[in-house]
Amino acid sequence: MAQVLIPSQLTSYTGGATRVEAAGGTVAAVLDDLDRRFPGLKFRVIDERDCVRRHMRLFIGRSETRSIAAPLGDGDELLIFGALSGG
Amino acid sequence: MADRTRLLIGTRKGAWFLDSGSGREGWSPQGPLFLGQIINHLVSDPRDPEVLLAAASTGHLGPTVQRSVDGGKTWAEATRPPAFPSDDPHGRSVHHTFWLEPGHASEPGVWWAGASPQSLFRSADNGDTWDGVTGLNEHPKVLDWFPPMDGGTPDGPMIAGIVIDPRDARHMYLATPTAGVLETADQGETWAPLNENVRCDYLPDPYPEYGQDAHQIALAPTNPDRIWQQNHCGIYRLDRPAHRWDRIGDAMPRDVGDIGFSIVPHPRCEETAWVFPMDGTEVWPRVSPGGRPAVYRTRDGGASWERQDQGFPREQGWFTVKRQAMCGDGSDPMGLYLGTTSGEIWMSGDEGESWRQIAAHLPEIYSVAVVPQA
Repeated sequence: MAQVLIPSQLTSYTGGATRVEAAGGTVAAVLDDLDRRFPGLKFRVIDERDCVRRHMRLFIGRSETRSIAAPLGDGDELLIFGALSGG
Repeated sequence: MADRTRLLIGTRKGAWFLDSGSGREGWSPQGPLFLGQIINHLVSDPRDPEVLLAAASTGHLGPTVQRSVDGGKTWAEATRPPAFPSDDPHGRSVHHTFWLEPGHASEPGVWWAGASPQSLFRSADNGDTWDGVTGLNEHPKVLDWFPPMDGGTPDGPMIAGIVIDPRDARHMYLATPTAGVLETADQGETWAPLNENVRCDYLPDPYPEYGQDAHQIALAPTNPDRIWQQNHCGIYRLDRPAHRWDRIGDAMPRDVGDIGFSIVPHPRCEETAWVFPMDGTEVWPRVSPGGRPAVYRTRDGGASWERQDQGFPREQGWFTVKRQAMCGDGSDPMGLYLGTTSGEIWMSGDEGESWRQIAAHLPEIYSVAVVPQA
């Protein structure tokens, strides 16, 4: 299981939880698992082309990835952040 | 006159209801809904006023559609919001839904959505699931009509209006910023430009088949063969079955011009419509010309226009009213409503003769729609 950090922008989907566990060996699989439990969450992080949305940032541990094919090991941490400047 | 009225307000930072007491007096805001989310359009269904749809997105998150089936008391996200297929041949993904249109009266539950990049989607279940209209989204000329532009118009090129012929569910028009007006007679399977004599002063050919920037179109409710258009390059009128538009904005005062976003027809008089002019000179400030806001009304099909500014600031009023932010009700006398980018709502209860501010301090207003209340 991966540990997933949920940003404030998405806690409306997780019932307020900021940390959840999810199953999957890749970022995509983890997002799919999250979407099964929290419907709609995935589409707000990645688009229909499987691209990470412009102002979302994904980290596996301390390494950023823009690829949802990136592998996740058991116990890895997936951190999802919303990053936007301006008003 | 409707005893009470509700305005649906979409803003850059969420949505509000603005409810009147009896006689369209005593307005009070209710909200916010979806605080912090960009609400491009908030619309009720005339076939079932308990159904409301909101086009929502945020700076961070992807686009979605929020739905209510109890008049706005509770909301749920669409199960499958508008989106391109993952193998879209042009590599598109929906940035935001811009326009929501209830379907024809004969098709309960059907809704249409116009999105950015320019594309059209249809729902048959009151907005819960959406499918692309392939006749438009995969049209052989789609990249000519809707050139890929990073940004394009200030908020991105989008389908800027969807109009359905009340006599025929299959007959529809779209307003677009890069192909002008498009028409279908088979509910979206085939499309053709409808832009004859509409000027395009930013292209080498000023009267092309397509390329125009239609800001808003509206049918006269009592004569659906009459189409009003506020274009990037003037105010136009077309009486079908003709194909040639007349630039009725030529009758506007020269120092005001005929540039704007919105055009609102009268519910009972096909000769009457209102516009809210903006400054389209030099670098296109898109504010009230000269800092003196006013609507202009025609009562003769556009042959002449009269200024209506009573109640608005006499000077230093730099309003901008976006294309979805001006509307009228069906009452007699008709009420008119407009929302400004500076977060103010203004209304007229006497068909534009006089105006008063009924809300202020809201975020930048993107859309205003009116719902009569029982």
